[in-house]
Amino acid sequence: MADLNRGFLKGVGMKIVEVVLLVSCIAWTGAHAAVEVDLERANIDRSNINSLQRGARNFMNYCSGCHSAKYVRFNTIGKYLELSDEQLIDNLMFNAEKTFETINVSMRPQDAERWFGTAPPDLSLMARAKGADYVYSFLKGFYVDPKSPTGVDNSVLAGTSMPNVLWELQGYQRATYSEHQETDAEGQPVTIIDHFAGFEPITTGTMDAKDFDEFVRDTTNFLSYIAEPIRADRRKLGVWVLMYLIFFWIIARMLKKQIWKDVK
Amino acid sequence: MSRIEAEVGKPKGGLMKWIDDRFPFTKTMKYHVTEYYASKNFNFWYVFGVLAMVVLVLQLVTGIFLTMNYKPSAEEAFASVEYIMRDVEWGWLIRYMHSTGASFFFIVVYLHMYRAMLYGSYKKPRELIWIIGMLIFLVLMAEAFAGYLLPWGQMSYWGAQVIISLFGAIPAIGDSLVEYIRGDYSISDITLNRFFALHVIALPLALIGLVFVHIVALHEVGSNNPDGIEIKKLKGADGVPLDGVAFHPYHTSKDLVAIIVFLMIFSAVVFFAPEMGGYFLEHANFEPANLRATPEHIAPVWYFTPFYAILRAVPDKLWGFILFGTSVILPLFLPWLDRSRVKSIRYRGSLYKSALALFTVSFVALGWLGMQPPDGVYVVVARLCAVVYFAFFLLMPYYTSIDKTKPVPERVVYHG
Repeated sequence: MADLNRGFLKGVGMKIVEVVLLVSCIAWTGAHAAVEVDLERANIDRSNINSLQRGARNFMNYCSGCHSAKYVRFNTIGKYLELSDEQLIDNLMFNAEKTFETINVSMRPQDAERWFGTAPPDLSLMARAKGADYVYSFLKGFYVDPKSPTGVDNSVLAGTSMPNVLWELQGYQRATYSEHQETDAEGQPVTIIDHFAGFEPITTGTMDAKDFDEFVRDTTNFLSYIAEPIRADRRKLGVWVLMYLIFFWIIARMLKKQIWKDVK
Repeated sequence: MSRIEAEVGKPKGGLMKWIDDRFPFTKTMKYHVTEYYASKNFNFWYVFGVLAMVVLVLQLVTGIFLTMNYKPSAEEAFASVEYIMRDVEWGWLIRYMHSTGASFFFIVVYLHMYRAMLYGSYKKPRELIWIIGMLIFLVLMAEAFAGYLLPWGQMSYWGAQVIISLFGAIPAIGDSLVEYIRGDYSISDITLNRFFALHVIALPLALIGLVFVHIVALHEVGSNNPDGIEIKKLKGADGVPLDGVAFHPYHTSKDLVAIIVFLMIFSAVVFFAPEMGGYFLEHANFEPANLRATPEHIAPVWYFTPFYAILRAVPDKLWGFILFGTSVILPLFLPWLDRSRVKSIRYRGSLYKSALALFTVSFVALGWLGMQPPDGVYVVVARLCAVVYFAFFLLMPYYTSIDKTKPVPERVVYHG
């Protein structure tokens, strides 16, 4: 394997280096274009334990079939989400035995790659890498595109190989574009598409739009929580550390004044 | 009476005498601490030296604990960092202190260097202190660069890929040099291992050694002050400089206040904004290194961006690299570029003041531009700022020698 890698790198490696600067320049403009798609605000509340519990349920039911969260342990979730070991085992742990296990996926990465073209990424840190608004908008952004092998494309991540797993809940939607009419050189009217304008539903799902938003928000909230489980702890501790430092600062100032009082 | 008692004069007994007969403990403490006199009018700008020491110690201590759980292997590095963040007791705190410490190291060092430029601290007789300081800065940049690869995230990988490939611009040896640095045909496990070795042993060792001689050299000539006056020229009957106060307890008690204020700001970041909006911990680095997918936006961490902007401002690859290197090295020559008769900005003329103001604006602007996409008006502004940056140094011998300076007083300005 190592040799194989070497061979591959020997052939392509030098080329990679040469094109890195070029690629990054192109990617840069790409990044700029991506920013122009307005992300919808997720408005999550990481202190809302009920929302996080629902998010954990959603994640295990709809995401964990294909996506792992391999750095996240069930008992870590249980502690913060106020779930007992029994509740974890009965409700969340579909393919795990012990509560200290992490959220793994049964699907083999090689199979996943063959089926989807790319292995579904691990979601432990996704909300941290992309931001909660991105995750929220992505999950709501699937629209029907007959040209795509999955039948859908996504307004946030164009060309995604992920199928719309939430279609049953949301129903299908199509993308709408703002457009205007122009006449071409031969005087024929043509429609020019300006930009993406929004979605309109084609079929209704089992949830109405408001409930679906809540569903996605809870899921995003959970993903955001698992990206940094100690977030609440550090903020709590930070208050104490700063209070201690303020106290220490007052003492140190008094000491400094006392020592310097004779300096003229 | 022993030899040392004869020299130091005060008879002692017990443990202290036993030690002092064998090791110059009391002597050293006096020379460097209790009888090291520094000007009494130090202001805000004079705290960054001691703060750099504080950050150095923080980085060394947190670094040791990180090393206990980090795995320098391409297979395991990313996972081991997450293990530290999630499963190691207090691992998250140690890691955030270390990642925040890296950025704060540069904040305090940049301000420390800027202080030297404000008050002419690099001028005679402190040229060697400045040169050692510049070496510290270079080693620090290498240390930060090597450290940034270790989490093995997307930005670690691609940032290193871009920066190391810059050496490929050197004619003839470029390509082999790049391969030599990486130890492979691309950034790989081999690169990670050697960067780990450099980051935890070689460079910290060099850093500690240089900091030590930086301070020894400083204590030999004595600290500068905001007036740029040599306080050793005016001494009292007791041989103590009239404007000097002992490092301990005067400056130590003052520094303690500064250290606590610093720790407040530092803690605010560690506990409430460890990513600092993506400037201290870049978002893309929360994705593991993937050599088949370039991140959307490759930019070095903020502390390298002023120089990175200069690199990108030049259309030619080789010249870009040359100017990039020159921009980093140029401040080294400040002691000889600056022909002014006075040290401190307080007594300099309007020429130097304007030049320094322009330099400051262009350096900060370059830092910001280095994070922006390299197109359109950004490149034009970056070129303009780069010209100002170089002009500040290269024209310095001229504008400092014709600048109208003010007379320097005998004693330092101090409003007790």
